Amino acid sequence: MKKEHFSVVGQSLPKIDAWAKVAGETKYADDMILPRMAHGRLLRSPHPHALIKRIDTTRAEALPGVYAVITGHDLPRVKFGILPVSQDEEALCVEKVRMVGDAVAAVAAVDEETAERATELIEVEYEPLRPLMSIEDSLAHPEVRIHEYGDGPNVHKAVSLQFGDVEAAFARADLVREDVFFFEGNTHLPMEQHAAVAHWSADGKLTLWSSTQTPHYVHRLLAKILDLPQAHIRVIAAPVGGGFGGKLDPFAHEIAACKLSQLTGRPVKFTLTREEVFYVHRGRHPVLMWIKTGFTKDGAITGMHFRSWLDGGAYGSYGVASTFYTGALQTVTYKVPVYKFEGARVFTNKPPCGPKRGHGTPQPRFAMECQIDKAARQLGLDPAEMRRQNLAEPFTKTANHLTVTTIGLGECIDRVVEASGWREKFGRLPRGKGIGLACSAYLTGAGTAIYWNDMPHSGVVLRADRSGLVAVLCGATDIGQGSDSILAYLVAEVLGIDPKDVRVHPADTDLTPVDLGSYSSRVTLMAGNAVIQAANRLRERIFEAVAKKLEVEPERLVTRDRRVFVDDDPDRGVSFAQAVVLAESRFGVLAFPGSYAPPRRAGKYKGGGVGPSPCYSYSACVVEVDVDVETGEVKPTEIWVAHDIGRALNPLLVEGQVEGSIYMGLGEVLMEEQVFRKGVHKIPSMLEYKSPTTLETPEIHTILVETDDPEGPFGAKEAGQGPLLPIIPAVANAVHDAVGVRIDKIPISPDKVVKALDLARQGKAPRVGPERLPLFTFPEPRAIESAFGEPAADIAERPFAS
Amino acid sequence: MKALLTLRVNGEEREVLVPVHKTLLEVLREDLELTGTKHGCELGECGTCTVLIDGDPVLSCLALPIECQGREIKTVEGMARGSQLHPLQQAFAELGAAQCGYCTPGILLTAEALLDRNPVPTRDEVRHALAGNLCRCTGYTKILDAVELAALRRKGAHAS
Repeated sequence: MKKEHFSVVGQSLPKIDAWAKVAGETKYADDMILPRMAHGRLLRSPHPHALIKRIDTTRAEALPGVYAVITGHDLPRVKFGILPVSQDEEALCVEKVRMVGDAVAAVAAVDEETAERATELIEVEYEPLRPLMSIEDSLAHPEVRIHEYGDGPNVHKAVSLQFGDVEAAFARADLVREDVFFFEGNTHLPMEQHAAVAHWSADGKLTLWSSTQTPHYVHRLLAKILDLPQAHIRVIAAPVGGGFGGKLDPFAHEIAACKLSQLTGRPVKFTLTREEVFYVHRGRHPVLMWIKTGFTKDGAITGMHFRSWLDGGAYGSYGVASTFYTGALQTVTYKVPVYKFEGARVFTNKPPCGPKRGHGTPQPRFAMECQIDKAARQLGLDPAEMRRQNLAEPFTKTANHLTVTTIGLGECIDRVVEASGWREKFGRLPRGKGIGLACSAYLTGAGTAIYWNDMPHSGVVLRADRSGLVAVLCGATDIGQGSDSILAYLVAEVLGIDPKDVRVHPADTDLTPVDLGSYSSRVTLMAGNAVIQAANRLRERIFEAVAKKLEVEPERLVTRDRRVFVDDDPDRGVSFAQAVVLAESRFGVLAFPGSYAPPRRAGKYKGGGVGPSPCYSYSACVVEVDVDVETGEVKPTEIWVAHDIGRALNPLLVEGQVEGSIYMGLGEVLMEEQVFRKGVHKIPSMLEYKSPTTLETPEIHTILVETDDPEGPFGAKEAGQGPLLPIIPAVANAVHDAVGVRIDKIPISPDKVVKALDLARQGKAPRVGPERLPLFTFPEPRAIESAFGEPAADIAERPFAS
Repeated sequence: MKALLTLRVNGEEREVLVPVHKTLLEVLREDLELTGTKHGCELGECGTCTVLIDGDPVLSCLALPIECQGREIKTVEGMARGSQLHPLQQAFAELGAAQCGYCTPGILLTAEALLDRNPVPTRDEVRHALAGNLCRCTGYTKILDAVELAALRRKGAHAS
């Protein structure tokens, strides 16, 4: 289909759910009110690390209005976790708590106030253990163990991969740089606090409505956690009021709601407080990084060696994947012929980290793009031009065996350089004003599921009604990014109808085929390809039936403007609704499946499943900043970002994702910090946890670059995460351009800038960043041959394609 | 202690029998089932629960209903006239200013109060008016665009 023939794709249409949202009609999980509904509260640990000696719930149970109180003894004694390799969580801890905020008991009562009072009446006797609050602390005290599993005392995961001889690459480089960076942890801060309603009905079946990004994974895990047949559990995804990765795990409140509903025979609702959301977390890992790269005098990379230490917090969560992600995508932007990665995730007595927008990749991208900026200065090269000259080749493999398809990064760089006036400004602005540039890449969907299987990653059933309405049943969840709307646009495009004629139903494990969830920027590509397949199947039947009626060949038919007609004789045709009637009369019920699984491209090595994706989005970003040399305050004044979107299915929604990503990145680089004192979150409130407001968010100029990727639906790639990545190093590089100091530690708060300026005045190296690395021996690397430059194989060949 | 209160919400008189310490947010959502008003912190920090009282934006999580008797309370459900959306609602939908939509009701009402006072605000004036409403999805850009579009349309409608 040629671009000029699209009728829906490429249009800046409103989202299909926009009207409900602006009218206040959208029913989020906490908006559900069911008859006889009870309200739940969790009792959480005040200790970062302690043994539970005794729990007495007698007084709580006796409080009028309390329906039931449970502890971990009321649940099956089984540990769980989102990744099969990290089954280390309990909904309600039985023997030990590992962080402030670990749940130990739960109450269902007539209202929230009574439930809260009841939790205060539960007596828990703890025996405090030594808390381990940092990577250094955890490594220095192997005698204290947070968990009994992992790759060493308090080491959750240690990995070491080598793709070719990096030492030889450094030997032939003109410049070898070693740099150390630290990226502080931060949290998603969705506006909606997590909420769930469970109803254990009289037939012994369980329904859970939850603000979750992954109803399928919750469904699977609930069966294990509650020891119930999965077939008797139904999970329905409520509209999610902001996720960003924070609603991707199964949570204690969901599990407690289910159990308490069983015991009380009532629906039970839990809504977390804002403080609880800070402790539930699963957000950005604090990561310490060491990066050694060889450069030729013209700026080409000869090889790279990257080390990362992740402060994982108290549980596994997605941490094994996060660890690999800190080493996975360094290779897909520029040519990196040989590459070595070592990473370790360490347990600490803090809320567990996990996936936040960009999952594990913003930290290394910050390190890498700042180092390239430093190298460019040292080599006397323009940082934009240096990157431009060394781009990865499209349709090749990287050193670490990732297959790259289209790459629009060159055009992205050109466009932001042009739009921002980079050439006139870089190195030429007055002191206190600066300009910085950085680039990035991100997955368009993880190439592997979190549990190995041969089934589709996205499934759709499309049903055409005699009225002309088309219903989409798909397990994908719309978390605000507009994925339901994208499915409607794609169906409308293929069938020649209006998006308003398409109803997209929410994920419901009883009704909708599995989609793995809203993470890794996968829904537009994966559910999109599945829905196109289903729509094509429906259209084929419709054309067959209409062709017979009109006595023409089906190949001569087209569908547009709610009509099915002969292409060169538009008066000969029927309405879409009539066409459905003809097709249903001939073939019976019109319901068609669509399935999608990504191409099987995982590298043949352990860890090779993290990083592959059908295609990668690319972004380039230029930011201008004002730096106050007195106060150290950094104020971005204007931002240009160009994003390789493959194809913008809806430019308005893509811009929204880009702007939102840039905003979130600005928060991370300038102010956001998830930090602790004596095990307690320092700032668990929206006032004190600083995030940008309208006043801190400058004008953002978004430029969309289209590369028409063969893997994407109508050529589309992702937009929801990639554009967050480059703003962070771009700001750091702009600060250097403005005042000549390097802040190698995120966030770039005023105190760090002032300190660096002081160092400069004293004639010392004007840098603020980590000074030392943990004492840690990585495992012997697995030596794997570099696949750098090999041609990409099997483009667009994938399971379920026909 | 419970009190019988008469509240005027979205132009209708409503009677509620509620504990006196219950917040306006809770009474709106739980007793009047006006769940369009959302909450993000219940501590007066995020702006999500904003409603209008006599035309002024107020954080309903910090307001007590007993103080609101005899005053005009407006929630997002009261913005449209029948099925005719408010120009702000229309512009927010058209321009993608609502992503997850959770902060949207509070922002719409804050913006309505602004436009009622200052029909054609500058972009900076919009920024200042909305500075107390957090949004984590949009980066605010489309929100600012939508408020400006609604202002222009209202001005056009008044001029014609």
